[in-house]
Amino acid sequence: MSESIQQLILDTLDTQGSIADTRTLVVPGTSHAATSHDAQLAILGALNSLLSREMVTYETNEVISHALTAEGAQIANEGSHEARVWSVLPLKGQGEPINPGQLKKEVGDETAKVGQGRAFKNGWIGKEGAGLVKLVMPTIFRTGNLSSGEKVLADLRKRKLIAQKKGQWFAVMKGANFSTSIAKPETDLTADMLTSGSWKTSTYKKYNFEAEGIPTSGGALHPLLKVREEIRNNFLEMGFCEMPTQSFVESGFWCFDALFVPQQHPARDLQDTFYLSDPSHSLPPQEAYYNRVKTVHVDGGFGSAGYRAPWQPEESSKLLLRTHTTASSAHMLYKLAAKCRGEDIEDDTKEFTHGAASTKDANDKTTAKVDGFRPAKLFSIDRVFRNETMDATHLAEFHQVEGVVADRNLTLADLIGFMRVFFSKMGIEQVRFKPAYNPYTEPSLEIFAFHPMLNKWVEVGNSGMFRPEMLEPMGFPKDVRVHGWGLSLERPTMIRYGINNIRTLVGHKTSIENIENSPAVMF
Amino acid sequence: MPTVAVDKADLWERLGQEFTTDEFDKLCFDYGLELDEDTTEEVEENIKKGLPAERPQLKIEIPANRYDLLCIEGIARALLVFLQKQDAPKYKLVYPKGGESDLLTVKIDPSTAAIRPLFACAILRNIKFTEKSYASFIDLQDKLHQNICRRRQLVAIGTHDLDTLTPPFRYEAKAPSTIKFAPLGKTQEYTAEELMTLYEGEKHLAKYLHIIRDSPVYPIIYDSKDQVLSMPPIINSDHSKITLNTRNVFIDVTATDQTKLDIVVNMVATMFSEYCEEPFTIEPVKIILPNGQSRITPDISARQMTAHASYVNSCTGLRLSSTEVATLLKRMSLEASVNPDNSDEITVSIPPTRPDIFHECDIMEDAAIAYGFNNLPDKFPATSTVGQPLAISKLSDVVRLEWALAGFIEVLPLILCSHEDNFEWLNHEDDNKTAVKIANPKTLEFQVVRTTLVPGLLKTIRENRSHALPIKIFESSDVVFKDTTRERQARNERHAAAVYCNKSAGFEIVHGMLDRAMKMLEIPRISSQDSSATTGYYIKETTDGMYFPGRAANIYYRSKARPSGTISELKGRVESALHIHHDVQIGSLGILHPTVLEKFEINFPCSALEFTLEPFKKQMQKVWTNED
Repeated sequence: MSESIQQLILDTLDTQGSIADTRTLVVPGTSHAATSHDAQLAILGALNSLLSREMVTYETNEVISHALTAEGAQIANEGSHEARVWSVLPLKGQGEPINPGQLKKEVGDETAKVGQGRAFKNGWIGKEGAGLVKLVMPTIFRTGNLSSGEKVLADLRKRKLIAQKKGQWFAVMKGANFSTSIAKPETDLTADMLTSGSWKTSTYKKYNFEAEGIPTSGGALHPLLKVREEIRNNFLEMGFCEMPTQSFVESGFWCFDALFVPQQHPARDLQDTFYLSDPSHSLPPQEAYYNRVKTVHVDGGFGSAGYRAPWQPEESSKLLLRTHTTASSAHMLYKLAAKCRGEDIEDDTKEFTHGAASTKDANDKTTAKVDGFRPAKLFSIDRVFRNETMDATHLAEFHQVEGVVADRNLTLADLIGFMRVFFSKMGIEQVRFKPAYNPYTEPSLEIFAFHPMLNKWVEVGNSGMFRPEMLEPMGFPKDVRVHGWGLSLERPTMIRYGINNIRTLVGHKTSIENIENSPAVMF
Repeated sequence: MPTVAVDKADLWERLGQEFTTDEFDKLCFDYGLELDEDTTEEVEENIKKGLPAERPQLKIEIPANRYDLLCIEGIARALLVFLQKQDAPKYKLVYPKGGESDLLTVKIDPSTAAIRPLFACAILRNIKFTEKSYASFIDLQDKLHQNICRRRQLVAIGTHDLDTLTPPFRYEAKAPSTIKFAPLGKTQEYTAEELMTLYEGEKHLAKYLHIIRDSPVYPIIYDSKDQVLSMPPIINSDHSKITLNTRNVFIDVTATDQTKLDIVVNMVATMFSEYCEEPFTIEPVKIILPNGQSRITPDISARQMTAHASYVNSCTGLRLSSTEVATLLKRMSLEASVNPDNSDEITVSIPPTRPDIFHECDIMEDAAIAYGFNNLPDKFPATSTVGQPLAISKLSDVVRLEWALAGFIEVLPLILCSHEDNFEWLNHEDDNKTAVKIANPKTLEFQVVRTTLVPGLLKTIRENRSHALPIKIFESSDVVFKDTTRERQARNERHAAAVYCNKSAGFEIVHGMLDRAMKMLEIPRISSQDSSATTGYYIKETTDGMYFPGRAANIYYRSKARPSGTISELKGRVESALHIHHDVQIGSLGILHPTVLEKFEINFPCSALEFTLEPFKKQMQKVWTNED
């Protein structure tokens, strides 16, 4: 069809030079001129196809016509609503009055409703008992034409008896590539065309630049892990070493005792922590260290009064799933202090090469040699476990981002200044710090960021300086201070992707399609 | 963190000024409290609607170690001092006229050693309760019970109208059948045995019964006429209950932990001594211990500690004089004075309300809070170090990226799973030597730590039924195995696994994924028969219930590296020359058995591949390891 119309247009142009009005064309297979709307649509399709090959150009002309609506058509055919109501009623005194229910059945709901009112108003019908009757037999069979004019049309449009229709017709001229041959244009450049050289003579279909490209078939990385990579890069850019954290199972000793978390702390409750039934107890940690930790809890020491609370070795050896990666950090710090304790970790010649000499004591070269301390900046991003009931914002497992800086005489001002840089690298410019309580840091600072969308300050992480009761039993010299901070990986990821339900991000209920379509992360 | 609800108007009255919500929020923030909620709007809304409304409240989150802030009295006192509107109160013991010999006594019977040996008490004289202060008094006890007392397990508090009792008192432990009294709120007498049954149905008491239920003896406090005061940690007697009209309050505290005992008795006494005729006075009580020695409680003497301006400055980055530090500490209710003989030293006296202070660092923190964390200068640590990723992360990332480039989607299932997921549903038996098991999971979904990544991948496919085929997913993450040689009795292992799900199983697709990963890791593919190759990987047919018969293979790796150390290295070289290889199985692949698919409710065939990445870790610049 389209092709035959195209041919007709081209032939007509060839003989007439131009087509002034496409309504004059007689489309193949029809006997009269293409005046209908549908016929002009078919012509438009053919014209566009020719236009894309620049064989023609055309101008669009609009014409407005009026047509009856369904209601208008009914009135034109069967009479007005009031006339139809009138016509079905018996003349007063000449038959059984018709009640409204019956009337509806006779003429339909709409006609009964509208017609009744108007017929009453005109005085054509009246009530008799519960029914209706004709009152008059006027000469209303007279018909005629309405006078023409926009006012009448507007009135009929308002009454929804007629509707305006836009029609189109076209004036057609020859295009740059005019020819009477409608050879199919090429859609793509092919190897064959290069070989044969036909690319030089072929015509090409115009490319639709508005259409989407074909979806790629590659894989995708998980959005949470894309954020992990971004944050990990931030750490690496700032000179941090990634800590080994491949130890989901920890003992009460490493997860809590070593961090100076009292044995009676609520975090150690069965309610909050996953304990293991098999295996259930760890092997003992290094005895001397264990005893120092126990003593600082029970009797104090290193300038501290200690908790002065009962100590149960059982609590220390209980195995559990780590509730925070700080358990791994504690173990790393213990290793970092090995030389300070006078111990040599086997084969550690290269172990501290990524650390620098203590920066605070740059002039005092002797200190480092004497106590063996080398500063370190460490980070980890790994999974932690909490015995929580799952809901939209809580999972039993999530990722903790943790950073640790150990150096001589670090200050709270360093921690605060550093946090500002760390968070600004995550795109969080406005932060402030609230004093908080944490058993293993003093001071402890909760970090709040201004959330422009929520228009309020929200907690984004925790930080602090590790307590002397934790560091000194490990063997660190008194002037070594260690900053630590942590945040969840899920929270910034949910904010980044506008996710409200954590279960749609982590776990097997995540939609693969969402993973495929998660944008890249550039904080 | 505990949350305390205080009456807004009352707090403003105590603070001598009104705050807007924002102003008060800022004050809380600076002091280290968190204003959780101001109910004013809610209350006004209710009043508008004609609904019953309480007075507007402020809900304030309190740091878990600040027991002195668990009531409006303590919060107001701390903030008034912080705002420099008043000095910190000085708590004082006031003896009866006759001095120590007139002290009320409580004799501790040796029998209490078997159940709850520690006892302390205090008396508040000539107190005047109002309805609000009375409610606050009850509420503080409840807050202490829920927090430091660990739901009455470690410490329990009882309060009594002293005028209804006849001293001296005695604290004993007796067989439950021999204890009989009318408990709080009842007129009828019950034996302790009967009470245990009676209270099983009362939600607020049932949770404490376990603390003593199975003990042959229960703790009990009597007066000299054998009138019961209380049966800690469960219930007081009705006879001695305090009312709005009570003028003299006897506070009993029992515990299993001496430090917490002292903290709790001090908190209750100091907080409410405010309402005594002479505010902040407490009458002590003499306790006669089983060994005949006596002890006077409560001990509210201030502890003397020494802080150094140099230490405070070196921790905070400030340059304050000792006098300035002392002034800051006063705002935190810590009496501080500069040592006249040593201008760096500050003598700090720690009031009985601040047992949270253990170390000079706690004093340093208080100085920093008073200075304002957000007023501290910004610095950047000069610590200069070289960044370095972990070898296992780098390796894992290589495989992740290559597999994503190969058209697979990375998914992130959970690490904890049910026993069925990890064993039965894969047609694997649990030999009890493999998986780490959880003792106290809240749901069956978390019984074991996974030893394989496959179940998580299959569950992900199950939940993504509507996704167009083929489904191609992978994960590279940790699994955990029992390992009795290690301190923690377990070890993580980094695995990589992929599953392909389509109308046909496609063994060769996951096989291709293995080949691709190995190619990128430069591990050559060798024949399973090739004994001359020094290194490489190969696959070899196997039987495994998880896989379809005849479509399953194990993956083997022949490592070039020999364990370091001269003897084993030498041995390795000899073995290598003799073509003796220690090929290790690193994983498996195959078409999943239809019974496995059925269990995971997957209607299309799947092929799976899983192997450990551990042998392929690059020897990086030596990093610290968490291995023992």
